[in-house]
Amino acid sequence: MSRLAATFEQLAKSGRKALIPFITTGDPTPDFTLPLMHEMVKAGVDIIELGVPFSDPMADGPVIQRASERALAHKMSLRKTLAIAAEFRKTDQQTPIVLMGYLNPIEAMGYEGFANAAQRADIDGVLTVDLPPEEGEQCAALLKERGIDTIFLLAPNSTNDRIKKMAAVGSGYLYYVSLKGVTGAGHLDAADVENKLKQIKAITKMPVSVGFGVKDAETAKTIAALGDGVVVGSALISKIENNLDSPEQAKSEIIALLSAMRQAIDK
Amino acid sequence: MTEKYTMPDVKGHFGPYGGMFVAETLMPPIQELNAAYQRYLKDPEFIAELDADLQHYVGRPSPLYYAERWSRELGGAQIYLKREDLNHTGSHKINNTVGQALLAKRMGKTRIIAETGAGQHGVATATVAARLGLECVVYMGAVDVARQSLNVYRMKLLGATVVAVESGSKTLKDALNEALRDWVTNVDNTFYIIGTVAGPHPYPAMVRDFQAIIGRETKQQCQDMIGKLPDALVACVGGGSNAIGLFYPFIDDESVRLIGVEAAGDGVASGRHSAPLCAGRPGVLHGNRTYLMADDDGEIIETHSISAGLDYPGVGPEHAWLKDTGRAEYVNITDNEALEGFYALTRMEGIIPALESAHAMAYTMKLAPTMRKDETIVINLSGRGDKDMQTMAKREGIEL
Ligand SMILES: Cc1ncc(COP(=O)(O)O)c(C=O)c1O
Repeated sequence: MSRLAATFEQLAKSGRKALIPFITTGDPTPDFTLPLMHEMVKAGVDIIELGVPFSDPMADGPVIQRASERALAHKMSLRKTLAIAAEFRKTDQQTPIVLMGYLNPIEAMGYEGFANAAQRADIDGVLTVDLPPEEGEQCAALLKERGIDTIFLLAPNSTNDRIKKMAAVGSGYLYYVSLKGVTGAGHLDAADVENKLKQIKAITKMPVSVGFGVKDAETAKTIAALGDGVVVGSALISKIENNLDSPEQAKSEIIALLSAMRQAIDK
Repeated sequence: MTEKYTMPDVKGHFGPYGGMFVAETLMPPIQELNAAYQRYLKDPEFIAELDADLQHYVGRPSPLYYAERWSRELGGAQIYLKREDLNHTGSHKINNTVGQALLAKRMGKTRIIAETGAGQHGVATATVAARLGLECVVYMGAVDVARQSLNVYRMKLLGATVVAVESGSKTLKDALNEALRDWVTNVDNTFYIIGTVAGPHPYPAMVRDFQAIIGRETKQQCQDMIGKLPDALVACVGGGSNAIGLFYPFIDDESVRLIGVEAAGDGVASGRHSAPLCAGRPGVLHGNRTYLMADDDGEIIETHSISAGLDYPGVGPEHAWLKDTGRAEYVNITDNEALEGFYALTRMEGIIPALESAHAMAYTMKLAPTMRKDETIVINLSGRGDKDMQTMAKREGIEL
């Protein structure tokens, strides 16, 4: 069983929901990411989404755009992200890692080359924002052969047909984008999320995590109750951006927010 | 005769290129758009309305002008200019915005967004939005806002909101990113009018079909004026819409050379250019697979060109396919060469071209002398140079 499947199974058994942080690898500097990953695990996160910086992050709001720019200024890349993930795996064999990013860095490596490299780094899942199932079957198959899950996004306007398609091609979990918009956008509507999750759950048994617009412990709790996991990204990265002259402060604020979310979700 | 050209396939693929590489929120709207486009393309009422607009509002057909003096001076092939610069708003861009705006109206959308580089597409979009009474927001890189300020003013006069994009390289690609972000946020009421043959399917095919009027008219005009097909077609390539518009109706006429001219900026060897077909590699950006300017890590490289409209790291996927199959040739012209083309046309024929179009003029100056006097070149004069007066004056040290 994949690490992602095992994680969700374990959580379901104990009646808990997954807390999934998203951070941009190499933001604000390349050496910031690895220690932060370990500390986030200590703070109780279940899965880590590692953002692969890209020059043209079309689906991201300003906070994650700037995180990408900071990381790229230090020459962060898909290859270096994989290296950091591999390093993490040396001391943590349990926490699943999902790469989240855009297709072109993978195209540049070649699908097969990327699948092999991801396997060597012991990556658990890959979420490529601009690779819908229509175009993504080849890449998903190569990853699947290597035991790596392909995670797809679902949106408020996804039809039943599309949900079925994602459930067929994807594995691990589905990532429900809670609002029409970019990452870090305004306020999500819990009632809308609840309705859509009902629709998705009626079609597939795959776990569904919800993200985009989760800013505080209160929202995390509300959203977690509706699905199987909650993803938080821009709210964490804002801590980095607000403390560029003090990475240690950024780290402790990130850990504090995640701990508060963990507590709120579990209560 | 070989098989007829039928690209793209139903999924929007031109061989390995094209496709629909977008975030999930955009899949439903581009599928909705594709359905509408497939339907209205065959709807006689829609076609009649489009034809009437092209005739009475845009001013079509645009003339095919014989550049007699310039042809004599270059001493080779006879040169004809397809006068897209004479269209309403001053470039070929309006052919496409008129078509997409009619679609938007039929689809019940109330808000129009667009990206723009040189500002020609922005102006052409603001123009049709004004005419239809639709809200219009145009995204433009901050660098381009500065170098094409005349067009920024025109857009504002027309009632559009112009948003200066400060992210990334602050040019056309960043404007496109920002327009896509707007679209995912406002998908319900918003129609995104993309200005070139890029973006996810159906844009590359749809924009081509709206621009193909250029090539259809050219074919007829060549028949009327010289009684035969031209020997070569030359057009500048930014995203590639004016080029494909001219080329498309000639793809099955294999005797006709199709030549796309990319912007070499400081020279392809310098790395400071905008010539993905000549010096890039395949990859995925803005919804399609095509040739891109990217580094070994797949990050997009900043581009350089004197002309804002060619300053883009990608190119329409159909051009990628025409390059790989050898049906079209792609060459490049530096900033300095483009300036020579700019001055040549201005002084020889009394026509001031857009700096984008000047790239096609400059290549023709190399090509024409290598051809026989009984051969013919048609150049797409995609736009007029008014918008570039400030850039040119500044280069000459003149304050306007
Ligand atoms: C006059 C003119 N020609 C050409 C272009 C380049 O676009 P395309 O390659 O899509 O024709 C532009 C773009 O702004 C333009 O304004």
